[in-house]
Amino acid sequence: MTMMEHTIKAFDADLQDLVRVVAEMGGLAEKQIGDAFQALDKHDIALAERVVADDAKIDALQREIEEKAILTIARRQPMAVDLREIVGALRVSNDLERIGDLAKNIAKRVGALEGDFRPQQVLRGVEHMTDLVLTQIKDVLDSFARRDTAEAMAVWRSDEEVDAVNNSLFRELLTYMMEDPRDISYCIHLLFCAKNIERMGDHATNIAETVYYMVEGHAIAEERPKGDTTAVTNVPFRN
Amino acid sequence: MSTSMAAVHGSSPVPIVAHAADAAAAMEEKVTVRGLNFYYGGNRALKDINVSLYAKRVTAFIGPSGCGKSTLLRVLNRVYDLYPHQRAEGEVMLDGENILMPAQDLNLLRARVGMVFQKPTPFPMSIYENIAFGVRLYERAGKADLDMRVEQALRRAALWDEVKDKLGANGLSLSGGQQQRLCIARTVAVKPEVILLDEPCSALDPISTAKIEGLIDELKDDYTIAIVTHNMQQAARCSDFTAFMYLGELVEYGTTSKMFTTPTDRRTQDYITGRFG
Repeated sequence: MTMMEHTIKAFDADLQDLVRVVAEMGGLAEKQIGDAFQALDKHDIALAERVVADDAKIDALQREIEEKAILTIARRQPMAVDLREIVGALRVSNDLERIGDLAKNIAKRVGALEGDFRPQQVLRGVEHMTDLVLTQIKDVLDSFARRDTAEAMAVWRSDEEVDAVNNSLFRELLTYMMEDPRDISYCIHLLFCAKNIERMGDHATNIAETVYYMVEGHAIAEERPKGDTTAVTNVPFRN
Repeated sequence: MSTSMAAVHGSSPVPIVAHAADAAAAMEEKVTVRGLNFYYGGNRALKDINVSLYAKRVTAFIGPSGCGKSTLLRVLNRVYDLYPHQRAEGEVMLDGENILMPAQDLNLLRARVGMVFQKPTPFPMSIYENIAFGVRLYERAGKADLDMRVEQALRRAALWDEVKDKLGANGLSLSGGQQQRLCIARTVAVKPEVILLDEPCSALDPISTAKIEGLIDELKDDYTIAIVTHNMQQAARCSDFTAFMYLGELVEYGTTSKMFTTPTDRRTQDYITGRFG
């Protein structure tokens, strides 16, 4: 959607600046997710520590977005689509900050994963989930920058796939834990990692909803697709 | 008279916001403009305007200079009648009666529909007389009665405390903001039903502006108010309904909350977000 320029050019510059910092924050969040998975997969403690330390950069960008947004509201008294865009940037930055925290949490668990138990099938599952979520986040940030509701809706609908992988990982990990209690510690941590990635997907869905609201001025009318069944999953114990 | 919005605007070309049924039902249309055209000589300044002013609500008219919003206001109490070669066609119903009919008593109309202008226009006489003058014009009032009416009007306009000890001072000796409140007091004193405000704050500082806006908020308990303003934030702050006009047409009309957050027409959006021309 192309938008006419403001009579006051500096207003356009303010809004573009806000979108630019959101994009920068998004890029950093994507990198953190990728690195967190690499650290998990390769058991790379140094990389994990760097991911934990770098979360502060994402937090700093969120504060920068907040300051810019508040200043723009105070100076320009934005109306209608402009106001929604600024509120949108604030909301997206909140979601990205949470995504950053979740990546950091995965990295923190790397140090706790000891032993030789490396269920490749599960790790490949987590990798697949990570890839899906990274694509979601990349696409939804593009839709934010381009104000593209069709792309945002595509992301919004794609969250079910992430949920499906998470459900199967959940069952698989439950089974491993039943087979050998010595693997419980590892499996529990991996379970949390998978859950964290699934939550990132939820934040990408939030961002898609924000983009839709920003452009259209009202919320998406449909029910949010829900595919996470882990809360009601039970694997019976076999002797 | 209580007419539902849908009934009146069913065939209107102007997009109308659908209000919650109870809110719309509770509102009374004080002034209803239908198919209004206005001409300055051969120049058509208003084109088929349809709009309603609801009783005890504030309706703001916004739009770029020359869009016809002040012209529309001038039709509502037929101030234009004072000038030759200006004429209005269509209907302006005040409580169900068309005030554009030739038989309309103009003095009575202007007592019912008061107006405050952009520049404060106190009469060159005492503060007291500025208000008493209008009251005497329409009513026979004794001294005590008149004193009371002057005090009431000044209190209503939030000016009493500032002038009560100098009612004999010339109205022109007051500050700009006080002069404008004096004009509002003068308008209120004759007990109108509708008050028209034509950019009442454009010559005032922010504090005086805030006082006038506070006043508008209080006055709407008793009156139907229409305000023309170039200040979008002012329209957003003090009105219940907003009408956006452009090139003599009413482009969009709806609740202020909708107009300033999710306007329907692209031109409205461009104007309120500062993307015009």
